[in-house]
Amino acid sequence: MATTAEGFDVHTEDHGHHDADHKPGFFARWFMSTNHKDIGTLYLIFSILAGIVGGVISGIMRAELAEPGIQILTSSIPLVGVGPGNMDAALHHWNVLITAHGLIMVFFMVMPAMIGGFGNWFVPIMIGAPDMAFPRMNNISFWLTVAGFTSLMFSMFVPGGPGGLGAATGWTVYAPLSTITGSPGPAVDFAIFALHLAGAASIMGAINFITTIFNMRAPGMTLHKMPLFVWSVLVTAFLLLLALPVLAAAITMLITDRNFGTTFFEPAGGGDPVLYQHLFWFFGHPEVYIMILPGFGIISQIVSTFSRKPVFGYLGMAYAMVAIGVVGFIVWAHHMYTTGLSVDTKMYFTAATMVIAVPTGVKIFSWIATMWGGSLEFKSPMVWALGFIFLFTIGGVTGVVLANGGVDDNLHDTYYVVAHFHYVLSLGAVTAMFAGFYYWFPKMSGRWHSELLAHVHFWIFFVGVNVIFFPMHFLGLDGMPRRIPDYPEAFAYWNGIASMGYAIMAVSVVIFFINIIYALVAGKKAEANYWGEGATTLEWTLSSPPPFHQFETLPVIEAQGHH
Amino acid sequence: MARSQAHPQSLQARNSRVGFYALLIALAALGLGFAAVPLYRLFCQVTGFAGTTQVATSADADLAAQMAKSAGGKTISIRFDANVAPDIPWTFEPGQTTDTVAFGQREMVYFTARNNADVPVSGNATFNVEPEQAGRYFNKIQCFCFTEQTLQPGQEVEMPVLFYVDPAALDDPNMKDVQQITLSYTFHKAIETDGNSDG
Repeated sequence: MATTAEGFDVHTEDHGHHDADHKPGFFARWFMSTNHKDIGTLYLIFSILAGIVGGVISGIMRAELAEPGIQILTSSIPLVGVGPGNMDAALHHWNVLITAHGLIMVFFMVMPAMIGGFGNWFVPIMIGAPDMAFPRMNNISFWLTVAGFTSLMFSMFVPGGPGGLGAATGWTVYAPLSTITGSPGPAVDFAIFALHLAGAASIMGAINFITTIFNMRAPGMTLHKMPLFVWSVLVTAFLLLLALPVLAAAITMLITDRNFGTTFFEPAGGGDPVLYQHLFWFFGHPEVYIMILPGFGIISQIVSTFSRKPVFGYLGMAYAMVAIGVVGFIVWAHHMYTTGLSVDTKMYFTAATMVIAVPTGVKIFSWIATMWGGSLEFKSPMVWALGFIFLFTIGGVTGVVLANGGVDDNLHDTYYVVAHFHYVLSLGAVTAMFAGFYYWFPKMSGRWHSELLAHVHFWIFFVGVNVIFFPMHFLGLDGMPRRIPDYPEAFAYWNGIASMGYAIMAVSVVIFFINIIYALVAGKKAEANYWGEGATTLEWTLSSPPPFHQFETLPVIEAQGHH
Repeated sequence: MARSQAHPQSLQARNSRVGFYALLIALAALGLGFAAVPLYRLFCQVTGFAGTTQVATSADADLAAQMAKSAGGKTISIRFDANVAPDIPWTFEPGQTTDTVAFGQREMVYFTARNNADVPVSGNATFNVEPEQAGRYFNKIQCFCFTEQTLQPGQEVEMPVLFYVDPAALDDPNMKDVQQITLSYTFHKAIETDGNSDG
């Protein structure tokens, strides 16, 4: 799809013969899997389950925030250490909820779905490879992610800070809140261990993707012919490789500070808690691109398919992602404007942060230019993709506002920030994931979802998330701080509306599950290339679902005459 | 890429090589994360970042005093702040709340510390200055914060600080609005290294 309107001219063998489709028994297939498609499916299922947990937690949070006062945090739930009249435990539990919501959504929902799920499924197929480079390591990556999630869940039921169970540190795990001073209980150790496991899994996954993409492309599939989704995963893999070890170093120091008497972040021993913030955000900023870049790739595939045109400015699109990845490493302190940076330092980080708007603008422009003059078809993935472009642009614009060191002095840690990052992640990345899901679900399962339900899902979701998050801009500008379970009467109006938005969004998720069940039970069989001539990447040359082992004879991508 | 088809054996070798290089990159990034600790400390000491004060020798101070003469005896106010961490049973106060010094002028001030416990207690003082851009110009020649201090039960001592403010501050546009520098200390209980530490 890269450079020509015709797409690849591909020669493949018939994959229908039974050798390619021989599957092992249930346990061996799903628990000892080395097949990239099965592991991708496992990742997607895992991510949906984790998403339910993280989503229910955000539902509890929105219910508590629906009106001023503490209502449901004082409910009697001995398992998580809260009960009537126990305000300390209630407030502690609030922090546990925001921590769990953030960590689950980042590490166990978005990353597994984008990279583990869609990446595993379609990167090897799109480059014409039979499987990933290290199939067994792929399996380890998945099960380490599951182990990490288990450790995080476990942390909610063991003592954390004073007064309650669970890790109440926020997803940033800032020292000294997360050191023995702020959180004496073992819950934080379990949460940190969860990050270690998920991080190790992601680093192994990144090594796997880099090796696969560099070494296993089919004959003729040059780097500059790779579909943009593969490019996005390649850039993401490099970001993972460089960013996650820094997080691992920071949280390892934290764990030794907590348990072995070191003083990396303890001023009494000559340490500095601000160093933790520097290390965390050196990881944390690339991390937000790790979550969104594969979404960019998915959207590029979809917009091109339903415009029946190759992507406008293919090379610009690929290198815009590289540029976002590179610049993403030198802007971290814009998360720390209020830690007392000098004016000159703030000036640099403001300017560097704003530079990122340039390659991002290139991408938005190119998606629109791809659609311009195209033969547009508004199938469900395309509608989701358009929703993504709209929502992500809003989130990007508020990001440029927050990039200003001076403005951020006012907006730091307010609901404006919450609105901003949910527009790019909850509305951006999640919308891209649903777009990808409807784009590829018939390919992965061999059965059609209901396009009607997919459209209904989109519209209810779109209305719901905007009703949740748009009022948060107003709340933030009015000065409502993040991470509080109670607030003055003045903030009640928009908080009430945001909580209603959650209910709307929840309805759309029910429709999503109904749609999956419908497809699996009664869905029509999907043909090989069900989106028609606009779908030109290699997965559309295979049956739906693809054979258990594809490309035993590698496809040959012929050189195009003109470029 | 056609090679992978012609030599299926070599694909595994090439995969191992690329995978190994990728692993090296990850390990390098891990090393960088730990290397950040000494590098950050060095960076703060060199640049005065985050209000880290400077340590000066007498020779530096003499040089600064000479510069100060040519600067014309401008003065700046210094405020002194003393705190104790919850874990140390001390009283700790500055001998005077504020002081006015000329740029480059050597000044000696005292802080008073008293051990209220009935056992000897050792403490370390952490320090910084506000506003943070003043850190690089605030030079200490002698300070009780350079070493661990031990007080006997009920003992009260005067702890001296000998410092000067570098006249170079007069040329820094970031220092233009600064009329007062706050020097702040916090005493923490010394972390014992002989194995009977409780945290």
